[in-house]
Amino acid sequence: MDHIRNFSIIAHIDHGKSTLADRLIQFTGISDERTFKDQMLDNMDIERERGITIKSQAITLPYQAKDGKTYSLNLIDTPGHVDFSYEVSRALASCEGVLLLIDAAQGVQAQTVANLYLAMEHNLEIIPVINKIDLPSADVERVIEQIDDELGLDSEGHLKCSAKAGIGIQDILEAIVKRVPPPRGNPEAPLAALIFDAHYDPFRGTIIHCRIMEGTVKSGDTIRFMSNSATYRVEEVGHFLLQREKRNCLSAGEVGYIIAGVKTVSDVRTGDTITLDDRPCSQPLPGFREVKPVVFASIYPIASDDYDDLKAALEKYQLNDASFIYQKDSSAALGQGFRCGFLGLLHLEVVQERLEREYDQSIILSVPSVRYRFTLKDGSIVYVDNPAHYPGSSSIELSEEPYIRATLMLPERYLGAVMKLCMEKRGVNSTLNYPSPGRVELLYEMPLAEVIYDFYDRFKSVTQGYGSFDYELIDYRESQLVLLDILVNGERVDALSQIVHRDRARARGLQACERLKEEIPRQMFKIAIQGAIGGEIISRTTITPFRKDVIAKCYGGDISRKRKLLEKQKKGKKRMKMIGQVSIPQSAFLSVLKSDAD
Amino acid sequence: MQVHHNFFISMQKPKSQSSKPVGKRRAEDNPGLYLHIPFCEIKCRYCDFFSVTELSRITDFLDAICREMNLRGKVFKFFDTLYIGGGTPSVLRPDQLNRLLEHLHQHFKISKEAEITLEANPADISVSVMKELYSLGINRLNIGVQSFDNRILEFLGRRHNGRQAIRAIEASLQAGFGNFGIDLIYGIPGQKRNTWIKTLEQALTFQIPHLSCYQLTVEPETPLGQSYKKGLILTPDNDELFELFMDTSEFLEKAGYCHYEVSNFARGDSRISRHNSKYWHHIPYLGLGPSAHSFDGEKRWMNVRSLEDYIQRLNQGKLPMEFCENLTREELQFEALFLGFRTSAGIDLDDFEEKFGWNLWSVKERDYELLLDAGHLKIVNGRLQPTRTGMALADSLALL
Repeated sequence: MDHIRNFSIIAHIDHGKSTLADRLIQFTGISDERTFKDQMLDNMDIERERGITIKSQAITLPYQAKDGKTYSLNLIDTPGHVDFSYEVSRALASCEGVLLLIDAAQGVQAQTVANLYLAMEHNLEIIPVINKIDLPSADVERVIEQIDDELGLDSEGHLKCSAKAGIGIQDILEAIVKRVPPPRGNPEAPLAALIFDAHYDPFRGTIIHCRIMEGTVKSGDTIRFMSNSATYRVEEVGHFLLQREKRNCLSAGEVGYIIAGVKTVSDVRTGDTITLDDRPCSQPLPGFREVKPVVFASIYPIASDDYDDLKAALEKYQLNDASFIYQKDSSAALGQGFRCGFLGLLHLEVVQERLEREYDQSIILSVPSVRYRFTLKDGSIVYVDNPAHYPGSSSIELSEEPYIRATLMLPERYLGAVMKLCMEKRGVNSTLNYPSPGRVELLYEMPLAEVIYDFYDRFKSVTQGYGSFDYELIDYRESQLVLLDILVNGERVDALSQIVHRDRARARGLQACERLKEEIPRQMFKIAIQGAIGGEIISRTTITPFRKDVIAKCYGGDISRKRKLLEKQKKGKKRMKMIGQVSIPQSAFLSVLKSDAD
Repeated sequence: MQVHHNFFISMQKPKSQSSKPVGKRRAEDNPGLYLHIPFCEIKCRYCDFFSVTELSRITDFLDAICREMNLRGKVFKFFDTLYIGGGTPSVLRPDQLNRLLEHLHQHFKISKEAEITLEANPADISVSVMKELYSLGINRLNIGVQSFDNRILEFLGRRHNGRQAIRAIEASLQAGFGNFGIDLIYGIPGQKRNTWIKTLEQALTFQIPHLSCYQLTVEPETPLGQSYKKGLILTPDNDELFELFMDTSEFLEKAGYCHYEVSNFARGDSRISRHNSKYWHHIPYLGLGPSAHSFDGEKRWMNVRSLEDYIQRLNQGKLPMEFCENLTREELQFEALFLGFRTSAGIDLDDFEEKFGWNLWSVKERDYELLLDAGHLKIVNGRLQPTRTGMALADSLALL
């Protein structure tokens, strides 16, 4: 156990976490050039393209230290986006130390701070590492100051590296060995293993990623998930090297995997405790909670014939993403589909992209919504995450919406613009901190609905990319809510309905009309687009018809050529959704959400 | 069987039966024959029909096309239209045309009343030559006038001028061609609406039996297309083209022409291009010569788009086919729609059902009702017909 070190890398997005992980893997020599793909741990295309880690991963690095001994360094990667902060906390609970990676050019950002707090909550050894020191814009001195002043850490122990150029890698590995404490725990005690992730393998079923806190588990044992008392027989345990490597057992302090005939990933709950059925530990490890989706939207196939395909794709997709939930839904305008829950807007976008890219689905997404709480006149309380289920306004006694606490970090010069944005987004109870000269930390309480609408894009744009943002859910607060409907040629498109704050309704309605006007191609007849609250029309635009599309000449030879041209158009049209007699492209549904480029 | 079925339908819907010109229809159902003469003295900037300027290859070409006639003699039994197009068929001397026609008559049965059209460049037309052609049996001319305006003719890269165009029309009339048509082009960069109307007015002074008014289509593989790609020319936008289309149609209908196809106007039903109508009504046709297309009701094939390949293959006794496609039922019905909506005659709903086994109207009723209201469609005697504005939308109507 003395030769084990469990650690994570935490960082703000784009500060080079994945690159550093790759470098560590390369340095310890477990991957040869042939199998080495940049950013080993981010193995989904989307992760690599967007440069963010969506799922956490683990890997064991064998490292021969300068003291001559060989250590097993377990690197537990953490997702790098605000939507996945619970997953981060579970990964950190499996570690004894973290590398806090800071971009030498950008310095401390909102997620640097948020992640640091998480690490402190778990009493982890924190090793500040300044990355990208080879950049021309690197300002190491400033970052050192920030480590002292903003993070309240002792900058004495900081390390400098360039993960990209491979500078300072060995120092980091040595620091992990020397400074991160070895895990503690008793291999003879009753088993207590913390689940920090799971993934699906088509041949073996669910692979549980866990950290053994106490006790030992081996194949043949019967394990029990403490959250729901489900029991499984262990088929195999082992370590993560580049591939899974089978071991006889996993003991206290180790990080590894368990295969136990668990059918789907959603049967496994991140943060749950695994124990032995015949010799359980007295209580579960602390910190477990059910992950609850906060953003909801419906997914429909573009062609209603593809419903079964979509259903199969969602089933498959869910095997690998336990935080994604869905259930049947149907829309008057779009037919049969699914109501889905997501951890946040980024999670939603990732799911959408993966369904299209990996599962070849053409889908339409309804306008995302948060979960509202309505107290009805009869005293009952209903939660509504789908505008289709909005109770009639006359039956509502009290409307409430979820609020978050947003933590915003930005250079002082953008303060005015950001405060204006936050107020526009109904932010309240602001707190302003000056962690270091020239930088401000701004705390706001604001409705989650405003954040999922277009806050993040606009925040990025008003701070010219220098601002960073993190949030946590706090509570439900009373709000003036109305149901905004969108009508296309008089027909209500329920997938475009939104529950919005009364003061926002007209602006949102106008914006939706304008967006749709841009996205819906002109057709043979006039199309009226209207926004309505109840029976009252609050916004309106029209799309003028096009009047000519026919080509002048069409003779013998041209007929085949022309047919092929038109067949192409026909295919394009099939990818659009018919609302009444109007063809609406997929992009129109998404556009309603997008922010103005201001 | 066919007759019986027709009878059955007509008993149920006597209204549509009365509108069906059954006898006439039969005659129109005979296939048409097309000859592609792939030679031009110069290539026009906008044209993407296949042609070459090596007039020295004419003799070899004539040998080859006669061989193709030998090989194709059995495909269709009987034709009642012949269209000699190109290229510029009027670059052939009368004796060369005579050779072609004689060979044709040897291998194909062509009706005595057949419409036999020759495409001609105004620069090639003189009274004496036209008289000679008339005596060979050519009874219809289609003259590539395009415009009477020299600046426009220059822009298009034509080898004739406005004065020659007028002379050509006069010569054709003088030579005894009571039936002829001219091609005109509009929507040309820089062309004003009133210049175009003036062109039409000029055409009207001759009481020309048939007018084809084509909106300029910028084809990418042409010199014009290249200029367009480089941004050197600016074409009128869709709304301007629509206005021109409407003006043309209104102007010519007022003058007594019937607008029977998107780009075609006839001075009375008897003056329509019987040959070209076969394309729009899905009637079989045989095309001979390089790049010519043929359709037998199920298959469509195309000859090679190269004069040398064409000659070579026929020298080897092979058919010069480049591709052949079997049209599926869906493809045929889709063609029937987009071709049908191009014509004022529109689509006969009973015929459609008989041919394809489903009722077009009842399936697309909601769309069609909307378009009836919008004034793009009308129903006349069981036929679904595009109105003037509907014709401008023929493609979209077919895509519903």
